[in-house]
Amino acid sequence: MSDQKKTKRRDFIFTASYTLGAVGVGTAVWPLIDQMNPDASVKALSSTEVDLSSVQPGQSITVLWRGKPVFIKRRTEEEIAKAKQVDLKELKHPEKDEDRAKNPEWLVMLGICTHLGCVPLGNKGEYGGWFCPCHGSHYDTSGRIRKGPAPTNLEIPKYEFVDNNTIKIG
Amino acid sequence: MSDQNYTPKSKLGKWFNDRLPLLTLRAHLTDYPTPKNLNYWWTFGAILTFFLIAQIITGIILAMHYIAHADLAFESVEHIMRNVNYGWLIRYFHANGSSMFFLAVYIHIFRSLYYGSHKSPREVIWVIGMIIYFLMMCTAFMGYVLPWGQMSFWAATVITNLFSAVPLVGESITNWLWGGFAVGSPTLTRFYSLHYLFPFLIFGLVILHIWALHIPGNNNPIGIDVKQPSKDTVPFHPYIVLKDLFALLVFLLLFAFFVFYSPNLLGHPDNYIEANPLVTPNHIVPEWYLLPFYAILRSIPNKLLGVIAMFASIFVLVILPWLDTSKVRSAIFRPLYKQFFWFLVADVIILGYMGAMPAEGIYLLVARVATGYYFVHFLIILPILGYKEKTLDIPLSITDPILENSTNQSLAKEQINKK
Repeated sequence: MSDQKKTKRRDFIFTASYTLGAVGVGTAVWPLIDQMNPDASVKALSSTEVDLSSVQPGQSITVLWRGKPVFIKRRTEEEIAKAKQVDLKELKHPEKDEDRAKNPEWLVMLGICTHLGCVPLGNKGEYGGWFCPCHGSHYDTSGRIRKGPAPTNLEIPKYEFVDNNTIKIG
Repeated sequence: MSDQNYTPKSKLGKWFNDRLPLLTLRAHLTDYPTPKNLNYWWTFGAILTFFLIAQIITGIILAMHYIAHADLAFESVEHIMRNVNYGWLIRYFHANGSSMFFLAVYIHIFRSLYYGSHKSPREVIWVIGMIIYFLMMCTAFMGYVLPWGQMSFWAATVITNLFSAVPLVGESITNWLWGGFAVGSPTLTRFYSLHYLFPFLIFGLVILHIWALHIPGNNNPIGIDVKQPSKDTVPFHPYIVLKDLFALLVFLLLFAFFVFYSPNLLGHPDNYIEANPLVTPNHIVPEWYLLPFYAILRSIPNKLLGVIAMFASIFVLVILPWLDTSKVRSAIFRPLYKQFFWFLVADVIILGYMGAMPAEGIYLLVARVATGYYFVHFLIILPILGYKEKTLDIPLSITDPILENSTNQSLAKEQINKK
């Protein structure tokens, strides 16, 4: 028996079989893990169309898209002006209002607090926008985080105006 | 164990035991030598075993009537409450049983902290115990989601969103946990599956916990090793068995009060409103037994750091045997540790209270101080105390202070001198 560490044919066989074994186990386990990801029927519900004709200025409606609430707010002139006035340097997550609302009258965003997922309340909070009751995050009239534990602004989903009165989310 | 060579008396028993030596384990429930100075704080192990088994039995029964589907879950729980024979009793037993389970486990854990049961040579018992505790919290959380009320839904949302704090892959993890883009039916069914599985994992770990306990034997209030088994110990049966049974009966009185007189006292009225993904209740609170950790989570203004702090607060408990450097186990002989122990108890109760209050103003400030102190206790005070503290004299044996009517060696000597 030699004490020297020498790579032998047998070491190669061991390493090769462990590697192959690991790949095999990984392949076998992946379906067991992936089954928990969103399934085809969940993914199929990827877009929602909403009729906006009855929404008055200052009013906000909440619709469900992929199981998540989406806020569609028809902003007043005053609210738009307020959102545009803000100096970007004051913001925790700097974004221009123009980039958040393609059509400044309509603000469309996920009604999910970016902290831990509660639904913020409208027309509340210190910045006249939204306020999350769970852990006290304040959002402004552009849905940007101004105060509290949430790390980012309210998320803007993909959406487009199909015609003047209809919006397609997703 | 003294009884390695045990052979059953009956012929059938002997026949069976030769093939599977299961009956040899009998000695662990009968002759197992137990320190004779164990007090009533040591009865909570038996109380916990009772509640684990009771929760499993009532849970299996509830599963016969419950339907895990977002459209039907809430109604099926009401069906259990109104239509199923004794359904109200079994559900209230299960729901309040979890509270009693946690009450007992907190007493059990604090008893270990006070008498140093987590220290060498019992570290493995402690670590297994902490894994059990963590699984208990997971199980309780998932069980709370099943009735699919407003609190269920939003508790599930907030807790699963903790994982969204993970950099880069956070969103993928939450979508994977949910089986969708928000908490929904797929989330409910998987929580149900795991809620059914975990108690059996806990049961297996409890067996390991007791196995590990039976290697060094029980710690005891004065925290010294058994010197002479014949003098210092009594057999588990009947002494400890009957004491445990008596304590269990007393504890069950408290349980009966909750089940029969105020079954919803520990719950939240909002959970009698069906889950609604469009409206968050004004004030979300977890069940009382998770409040201290919730307070730690909220007291940190950064999302990721808050989540890290919450998990760290459990992790420091796991590594406690290596943070507590004192060689003396029992707080009876550690005058300073005894005080810090009570500070910790107060700190955890304060954290629990703050977790139930809105996270603003004075509450937030107090929660931050209490969170800080929690970590200071484990990471700074305990390691230093082991070196700095002047401990009292330790008795020579378990029997010694009992005979001299004092727990303290120097006092005992004085008494001898007086005579």
